[in-house]
Amino acid sequence: MDLPLVWFLAIAVLWTGYFVLEGFDFGVGALLPVLARDDTDRRVMINSIGPVWDGNEVWLITAVGATFAAFPAWYASMLSGFYLPVLLILLALIGRGVAFEYRGKGDTARWRARWDTVIVLGSAIPAFLWGLIFANLVRGLEMGADHVVTASVFALFNGYAVLGGLLTLSLFLLHGAVFLALKTDGPVRVRARAFAGRSVLVVLPLLVAFVAWTGRGGALAAGVVAVVALVAGAVAIRRGREGWAFTATAVAVGLLSVTIFGTLFPEVLPSTTDPAFSLTIANAASAPYTLTVMSWVALVFLPLVLGYQAWSYWVFRKRVGRDHIPAAH
Amino acid sequence: MALDLARWQFGITTIYHFLFVPLTIGLSVIVASLQTAWHRTGRTEYLRATKFFGKLFLINFAMGVVTGIVQEFQFGMNWSAYSTFVGDVFGAPLAMEALLAFFLESTFIGLWIFGWDKLPRRVHLACIWAAAIGTNLSAYFILAANAWMRHPVGFEIDPTTGQARLTSIWAVLSNDQAWSTYLHVVSAAFIAAGLFVAAVSAYKLLTRKDEREHELFRRTLRVGFVVTLVAGIVVTVSGDHQAKLMAQYEPMKLAAAEALWDDEHAAGFSIFAVGDIQDGRNHVNVQVPGLLAFLATGDFDGDVQGINDIQERLTAEFGPGSYIPNVGLLYWAFRMMMGLGLAGVAVSVVGLWLTRGGRLFRWDWQYRLVVAALPAALLANIFGWILTEMGRQPWTVVGELLTANSVSPGVSLTEVAISLSAFTLIYAVLAVVEFGLLAKYVKAGTAAVMPYPENDAAEPDRTDDDRVPAFVY
Repeated sequence: MDLPLVWFLAIAVLWTGYFVLEGFDFGVGALLPVLARDDTDRRVMINSIGPVWDGNEVWLITAVGATFAAFPAWYASMLSGFYLPVLLILLALIGRGVAFEYRGKGDTARWRARWDTVIVLGSAIPAFLWGLIFANLVRGLEMGADHVVTASVFALFNGYAVLGGLLTLSLFLLHGAVFLALKTDGPVRVRARAFAGRSVLVVLPLLVAFVAWTGRGGALAAGVVAVVALVAGAVAIRRGREGWAFTATAVAVGLLSVTIFGTLFPEVLPSTTDPAFSLTIANAASAPYTLTVMSWVALVFLPLVLGYQAWSYWVFRKRVGRDHIPAAH
Repeated sequence: MALDLARWQFGITTIYHFLFVPLTIGLSVIVASLQTAWHRTGRTEYLRATKFFGKLFLINFAMGVVTGIVQEFQFGMNWSAYSTFVGDVFGAPLAMEALLAFFLESTFIGLWIFGWDKLPRRVHLACIWAAAIGTNLSAYFILAANAWMRHPVGFEIDPTTGQARLTSIWAVLSNDQAWSTYLHVVSAAFIAAGLFVAAVSAYKLLTRKDEREHELFRRTLRVGFVVTLVAGIVVTVSGDHQAKLMAQYEPMKLAAAEALWDDEHAAGFSIFAVGDIQDGRNHVNVQVPGLLAFLATGDFDGDVQGINDIQERLTAEFGPGSYIPNVGLLYWAFRMMMGLGLAGVAVSVVGLWLTRGGRLFRWDWQYRLVVAALPAALLANIFGWILTEMGRQPWTVVGELLTANSVSPGVSLTEVAISLSAFTLIYAVLAVVEFGLLAKYVKAGTAAVMPYPENDAAEPDRTDDDRVPAFVY
């Protein structure tokens, strides 16, 4: 079996899982000021992702760790090449994680309002920047023969990458709204449904534009199906079929990720300086022994992880409503 | 210059991260044990203690998680040359840490926080244990990776790429430096966590705001002492083993930590030294004869290598350059680690004796001393890492890769300056916030997490039919 290819697929799966899962909790966080009218609404929203957001984030940690192990040069060039955007993402994730835990532990409205701002920015910034980063990956970066990225930070904000960022931001907002429609009850649910219905009108053209600009071959097909899934999601949410709508937006997010990795293949970080300098699955991969070891570890433990994470979603499957929220403590 | 800033950033972010890690490692197990005690005995006091220390644990846990994310990204951001060189070997334990430990930890901590009154009691108890196991397991993988940098095993250098290539994952995971370091670091973490519980309890006994919780904190004070004492024994034994491994694998680190300038037969252990680092000699050196030789080799008559002689040998092996780390810093870091760590253990030993058979401390200063033992233990943990990491210099991977050759070539001085400032600033703010919250919840006491019943009536049992998650956010 071609182990580097297997690990490229494994890393694509991990990123896809990350976008599908943390995509909705980014959306929920960023929608706080849009869908909540008072503190109880905000707490309904935050508690709907409360038990699961941290586990969702581990998909990112695992994707990055797996990249380090399986494609060290990809890991090194990508993180140093996107230095400032990655820094911003880290600061956002730090603030956001602490904010979820700490916002309820203060006594004043001002304390909570400040942490709410951190949650909103900490969710919206990574939602935009992941799209920007991955669009740049697909497009390629200025990179020399030594695999050192020489692109300036301003070059990262090209039209295609900004489109990618706006797409992930708006798509995650929609995905988060559909999640809230599915997982909450009361006014937040009503507003989330309305928001989801309206926001499709923004997300859809962005997705179509991105897919058209990106697509070639099989990846294009995945992008087209993503568009179809998004339309299906829009129909479902308007008909009040929240479960189907969430499935559809999850599929759309997942297929967007497939489109990105499918277009990237067989490269992992294309060089715009000279295609000969590109990092590819073949030249960035670790040796077969490391990949074999990691394959066994993943084969044994990934199903286990999926099992208990699915169980935790099952445990917290019920809708969260205003009545469930206890008094402030 | 970018190299210096990148090193400062790694030092600051890692030390900061490690203020929270030891408490998470130890407190997860202590809280799980308290909950187990409640589960076994059904006594409300244990539940109250679980909820009180569980709250403090979670405030600390959040900081450990978010500062940990930076660690995994930082290798690629600032040390891309290092990452490319070691990724084949070093990446594997990191990926395993995420897959085996972080998922376990974060999924089950969510289930534990929100699962009160929702999950069956036995399952809920299993959740905190799963999180505690995940936490303690993650330490093994990251320490195996760190141990490999100090004593690289199970690899070869690929002749075409010049990069490290894993040949035996078993060698990396069973590295004697890995398990020895694990025992030492985790026991040191339990000292910090034990003293955290003791210090909080001592503070509550000292302030005596609420007489109802007096008995609870008298007991948890002793729990903290017992944990510290047991961990103190492990830390001493494993520390002795660490010294021997250091003499074997990193003689320069040991020589610098002892300010031992020349190879010596039956070398003495330095208690206090004033030296001339430029000149490579000490002016004053108060020693315990033969003790260093015993620590390093197990024999009072053993031979210990000195800085100047090792420098000569390393120059012969690796070419010209200075292979001497920061001697003054290491010498004092070594003493601070041992001094502060053992002082914390001593406090717990004396404390256990003074509180035997239901006794209480007689004087307030005794409680204050216990409170002061907590920062001492955390500092001891930090100085241990300064000794470990600064003592490895000028290498990132001993004998294989120099720190100067590890940094990201494409990252500019400006970029590192921005990230260093940003992390330092946000970490400083969060430190203030975190300390404020801990202080608030310690002061509020156990009644804030679990109200006492109005009169002397029997305490109400939990209502198991009310299966709504605890929406704590």
